[in-house]
Amino acid sequence: MNRRVNMSLDVTQVLLSAQSADGTTRKLAEESLKQFQEQNLPGFLFSLSSELANEEKPEESRRLAGLILKNALDAKEQHRKNELFQRWLALDANVKAQIKALLLQTLSSPAASTRSTSSQVIAKVAGIEIPQKQWPDLIGSLLSNIHQVQPNVKQATLETLGYLCEEVSPEAVDQDQVNKILTAVVQGMNASEGNSDVRLAATRALYNALGFAQVNFSNDMERDYIMRVVCEATQSPEVKIRQAAFECLVAISSTYYDKLATYMQDIFNITAKAVRGDEESVALQAIEFWSSICDEEIDILDEYSSEFTADSDVPCYYFIKQALPALVPMLLETLLKQEEDQDLDEGAWNLAMAGGTCLGLVARTVGDDIVPLVMPFVEESITKPDWRHREAATYAFGSILEGPSADKLAPLVNVALNFMLSALVKDPSNHVKDTTAWTLGRIFEFLHGSAVETAPIITSENCQQILTVLLQSMKDVPNVAEKACGALYFLAQGYVDAGSASPLAPFFQDIVQSLLSVTHREDAGESRLRTAAYETLNEVVRCSIEETGPIVMQLVPVIMLELHQTLEAGKLSTDEREKRSELQGLLCGCLQVIIQKLGGMESTKYSFSQYTDQMMELFLRVFACRNATVHEEAMLAIGALAYAAGPNFSKYMAQFYQYLEMGLQNFEEYQVCAITVGVVGDLCRALEDKILPFCDGIMTQLLKDLSSNQLHRSVKPPIFSCFGDISLAIGENFEKYLIYAMPMLQSAADLSAHTASADDELLDYTNQLRNGILEAYSGILQGFKSSPKTQLLMPYAPHILHFLDALYNGKDMDDTVMKTAIGVLGDLADTLGVHAGPMINQSISSKKFLEECLASDDPLIKESADWAMIAISRVASG
Amino acid sequence: MAPPHRPYKRPAISDQQRRRDLALQAQSSRRADAQARARSLANSLLSPSSAETAEGDSERDHEPTVTDVATAASKLRGSDARRWFARHIMLPEWMADAPPHLASDWHVFARPAGKRCLVVSCNGMTISRVRNGSILHRFPSALPNGSKRDISGPASSYSILDCIFHEPDETYYIIDMICWRGYSLYDCTAEFRFFWVNSKLMETTAGDPPSTYHRYRFSVVPIYECTLEGLEAAYSGSTPYMKDGLLFYNKHVHYQAGITPLALVWKDEACSQYIIDTDSKGQVPSEQHVVLELQEDGKLATSDDPPVVFGSLDNEFIQKSNLRPGNLLRFAFRDERVKLVDGKMEISELQFVGRPNRARAFADSHSKALFQYAARHAPLRIEDLVASIQSNHMEVKSTDVEMQG
Repeated sequence: MNRRVNMSLDVTQVLLSAQSADGTTRKLAEESLKQFQEQNLPGFLFSLSSELANEEKPEESRRLAGLILKNALDAKEQHRKNELFQRWLALDANVKAQIKALLLQTLSSPAASTRSTSSQVIAKVAGIEIPQKQWPDLIGSLLSNIHQVQPNVKQATLETLGYLCEEVSPEAVDQDQVNKILTAVVQGMNASEGNSDVRLAATRALYNALGFAQVNFSNDMERDYIMRVVCEATQSPEVKIRQAAFECLVAISSTYYDKLATYMQDIFNITAKAVRGDEESVALQAIEFWSSICDEEIDILDEYSSEFTADSDVPCYYFIKQALPALVPMLLETLLKQEEDQDLDEGAWNLAMAGGTCLGLVARTVGDDIVPLVMPFVEESITKPDWRHREAATYAFGSILEGPSADKLAPLVNVALNFMLSALVKDPSNHVKDTTAWTLGRIFEFLHGSAVETAPIITSENCQQILTVLLQSMKDVPNVAEKACGALYFLAQGYVDAGSASPLAPFFQDIVQSLLSVTHREDAGESRLRTAAYETLNEVVRCSIEETGPIVMQLVPVIMLELHQTLEAGKLSTDEREKRSELQGLLCGCLQVIIQKLGGMESTKYSFSQYTDQMMELFLRVFACRNATVHEEAMLAIGALAYAAGPNFSKYMAQFYQYLEMGLQNFEEYQVCAITVGVVGDLCRALEDKILPFCDGIMTQLLKDLSSNQLHRSVKPPIFSCFGDISLAIGENFEKYLIYAMPMLQSAADLSAHTASADDELLDYTNQLRNGILEAYSGILQGFKSSPKTQLLMPYAPHILHFLDALYNGKDMDDTVMKTAIGVLGDLADTLGVHAGPMINQSISSKKFLEECLASDDPLIKESADWAMIAISRVASG
Repeated sequence: MAPPHRPYKRPAISDQQRRRDLALQAQSSRRADAQARARSLANSLLSPSSAETAEGDSERDHEPTVTDVATAASKLRGSDARRWFARHIMLPEWMADAPPHLASDWHVFARPAGKRCLVVSCNGMTISRVRNGSILHRFPSALPNGSKRDISGPASSYSILDCIFHEPDETYYIIDMICWRGYSLYDCTAEFRFFWVNSKLMETTAGDPPSTYHRYRFSVVPIYECTLEGLEAAYSGSTPYMKDGLLFYNKHVHYQAGITPLALVWKDEACSQYIIDTDSKGQVPSEQHVVLELQEDGKLATSDDPPVVFGSLDNEFIQKSNLRPGNLLRFAFRDERVKLVDGKMEISELQFVGRPNRARAFADSHSKALFQYAARHAPLRIEDLVASIQSNHMEVKSTDVEMQG
């Protein structure tokens, strides 16, 4: 049916119908809106903005009009977002001008929700146009609103400025305009502003505008002024303004850490007052300020201790160390403000939780110094009759286990351990038991294992007792049992290097049985218990030793049966299906770990192969149920299986291939795609040239993935590496893909050779990309080695050398790239031989780059360089 | 606006993320393994895997490869292993005449007295085999992967050294390097290999005195450019070991199995105790001896490639003495029966003496017979070598003069 949309369509009516309680009416309305949009976009957008601006229309239709407008300008998904941006920019300039005028006009509306909607739409338009310099007078006209008398216009304008700062990046706005925006915002926050709505809007706007204030924060006078106004706002009679002001302080603590020294005493006083006396929403932000300072100092101190101290331009001011004597007692007080059943509520976040979390961060920041400040509280409170005291004491103790040295903590833990074990069994409070089990987990995580240099906390004497208590607690209420599983997880992890000496080995069967029983508990769905039990089972298996291999082998049919049962279930509700998927994910994950373990041990790898047929059949059936997480888990398990099975895996390829292709096509759930690409690598190594019949399909898909702008960028480096895997597996048969793969590699190499940005994250990604490209080159060169078709690669050699030289000159590659790059130089010489000799000898890579790598302290770089040196010397000596 | 809740009582990383990370780690380390394997295998793919099966289709086909060595070292047992090793060692010719351009193209060093052997370290074990392939020692060493304690990188990556075991100080003196941590040095020049020996040995503690995990010390030999000074140093300089002649290596020679004229051995009484062959009682026989191999057609040939024929046996004698082709036989001949034609020895009357020591794997080479012959009559003296270097020196100088003119 090709119905022309009537231009005089009653937009108001359709918008109201689209919110109707009646499904049919709603559907019809949505359909007409969709058609209107498809057939006449400018008219559609104009109608919506007119609706939004029209004071005579009902608030409901105006609000929906604004919402649809907003969604027509932005989307979460990057690809869609770009499309919408382009679509807006391509609209007729007059229509856009009219729409924008209507939006600005709406800021004066008496209806608060309409003003707010309009603010958001204006910010979206600004987000598209300001970087293109297309709405130069926007900020000017907004600022002129500030001087209007009506508070509602002022409030809406400040809100708009806040959203605008959120949408637009600071580089796109001139400093002059930034100054004006900040002046307007900070004035609006000032105590002299009589209207609290205006003051709240201004405070929230400042939160977003802080990123624009780099220059202003470097100016002492301006910074003092901003800080004074923010601090004053924390004392406002309005709770929302106080909360917003503290949120500003939190943002300032991370953005302008190095500018805070002169304000810290005042800020401490303000936060202490809020933590002790203000409403929870405000107090939580006050604590968050200190957590955020800890984050900063932990990062800086980390940077100090790493080799690259030269890169760290922010010095540590040791704010936490200085505040310690006052900060710790304040945090300890918060621990007593627990809520009765907070452990059962997954979304809970209260003062005690925030305070304990902050205490943990403080411990990581200052290390040993925190111990004498916390221990008296622990010792005094842990035996008190009120459960709140016992729980707070335990939580405090557990919180400081990461950070201080093992030397400092070990004597305390040795004393505490028995107390904790008995509390876990005997304490009448579930809350205390929960925290006790968690604390035991922390003890095992940080003070147990071969990396800890003090005398072991766990000995063959107390190990059995610990296990007995943990296995018993795994039968306790779900939240306690879940923490007990967590403790067992770290207990097992600590023995990963213990070998036959592992004291868990004699109890291995009991441990596995107990964990399986937990997974079968009726209430295992609560408190994440089933997940915790499987995760712990995985770790126990990962850390197990050759001697307990037969017990792990017995697990195989058990877990396979469970997986089989999930596949047999009949018709399920949405909720049940979700639960089933979760369970399948856990079971596939568990099988993955078991496959790796059994396939990796001499004594089990042959007998394990009896299960591979059945296992593969199950995995294939799992793929038939559509769920991304499960696919990812099954894919990981199959990768492990392929590695364990080696060339024998080829018999499954015909059936498995369709799912492999499906995984490679999964743009939306890019994790699945990434894992699948990794599995292609596993298959290449397992099957070698037997993968050849599938390579056309795989390569087509990989090339499609690379040219798609929908695929998450993090998948691209592994795809390049995968080219190398394929070539290494099929050798000169890679020939037919060269004309597609090489140009892609070349253009990616050109793009990644130079980084324009000093952005760490981007540099990190660029280095991953470089590494992927280099691994591709390496694999392709080695794949062709010894083939009569080697000369096909000659034309690409100059570019590869050029890329290597560019990387060397760029000076911003990381160690991994350096290692791979110098290896490629060797591969080039090795594969192309004397023909490439003169070319190689002319490159910087073969001289200074190689010398630098030969002198490297990194053994992997040195090893690659040795290889390159030998390969080149062969070429040079003919 | 409000910051998200921080993780509470939960490990920061989920087990799923951990599994994902571990899988990625495993994949990338397997990729590195595959890559490393490709790199060390590279040569074997270039030339057919064994010298015997492929004849002449590549000029490199008699060069052994890392895989050959690796496979042999791990899989071959007993006599196969012995024969294999024996065939893969590089053997110098005896120096009958000083080669030209000694100073510019050659290295010289004093050969330690002792047993020539190949030392292979891999999988936590070190094995040395002497020239006939039999095992000299099986021991832990500080070479890469040479002891259980010192496994780094893939345990199966091999290092193969060409050594002389010097009994008095129980030290392996390294005279060449064939393979290091899986990287083949076969087709690298001697100059590069010598450089490599020096720099790589320093990276290990193999030069340390013996200990539990390092049964024998390894040591480098001082190698000189064969200038007047270098020759003098090698010839008269003091060494921690007893000398047995001088070895000359052409700088450009690749490591190649068998006898090569690009490596030369020279001895005189001043630098060797063993200048003239002795009989089983340690006496210098009145007639020169030579060990030759019996061919299919009854001819008696040297171990050279191609062999040099010194005579033949008739069928009757072969059958009567129960000899088979491939047997090594010792002969004596009188000096006056030797003629030198274009630098080649011709012997007109060989007298059968008997079978040589069973440990012997090879016939003598032509150059050895020639050197022995010369040593009994008109030996090549150190003065001759010095003169040769000096004359080369003059040549270079005179060229310079011409060019200026």
